[in-house]
Amino acid sequence: MTTKRLDVQVGESLPERIHRASNVSLFLYNAAVWNSHRIHYDETYTTEVEKHPGVVIDGPLQGDWLTQTVLEWLGDDGRMVEFQYSNRLAAYLGEVLTAGGIVSSIEGNVATIDVFIRNEAGQVITPGSAVVHFSS
Amino acid sequence: MPDLITDEIRNWIGRSTEPVQVEISRRDIIKYALATEQRLEKYLRGDEAPPMFLFGADRPLTQIADLGPDGLMRDPLLPELPLKRVMAGGIKQRYFRAVVPGDVLSISRRISNIYEKQGSSGPLIFVDYELNVRAADGELVMQETQSRINR
Repeated sequence: MTTKRLDVQVGESLPERIHRASNVSLFLYNAAVWNSHRIHYDETYTTEVEKHPGVVIDGPLQGDWLTQTVLEWLGDDGRMVEFQYSNRLAAYLGEVLTAGGIVSSIEGNVATIDVFIRNEAGQVITPGSAVVHFSS
Repeated sequence: MPDLITDEIRNWIGRSTEPVQVEISRRDIIKYALATEQRLEKYLRGDEAPPMFLFGADRPLTQIADLGPDGLMRDPLLPELPLKRVMAGGIKQRYFRAVVPGDVLSISRRISNIYEKQGSSGPLIFVDYELNVRAADGELVMQETQSRINR
């Protein structure tokens, strides 16, 4: 069996995954990270006071989804040593978001993966990148 | 564009908090893994924490009565800013080893920069933090840079 390191090509797409946040998943996530910001569960407050069109899907939750894109693809063939993302556009409860990625460079046993969260309009709302080291 | 960042605000750059001690439990890892819909067994069993597990782990813990009208606790490591509404910005993390149950981590946080940018719907103030996560023996576990945006 060959390792991913020998198979992987620049330009290779990682499997995409669709994420549908719900009231319940946002509640559990914010409870787990002890975040009581009302924009993640109080629709009236969120729209009337903070002027968002709806309950906000947490930026760091999207960051977590991006790590999953990389780690599920990588499996036991290496480890992720660096990861970054930035929240460019907000996403709101009810939106269907897609997480994906593409291999952007390979040098020796190190690869860089560009990752993204895309909304239904096709906009990349949370771009990021990860550096992985393949096991030798 | 008016300069929103006064000298008093700028003086906060470089300030830090006392390190926060965080005990890692398998059950907390499993809760996080389920809430984020992880699919890898090592996370769902709580053998190892997903990379973003420590997000907010050093958050100051306060009484409900002390939370602000937005539901957030007042961050002691944040100057009074002229823009009040908070958004997540982004994160950069470097991992040195996995976080596992039983770890007793020490998380320190420092303001590395405060700056202003013009956003599509008005001015934004960015506050950048640097976090260092160390194990009980001092070993570096993770380094993070985090941006908080006020609009």
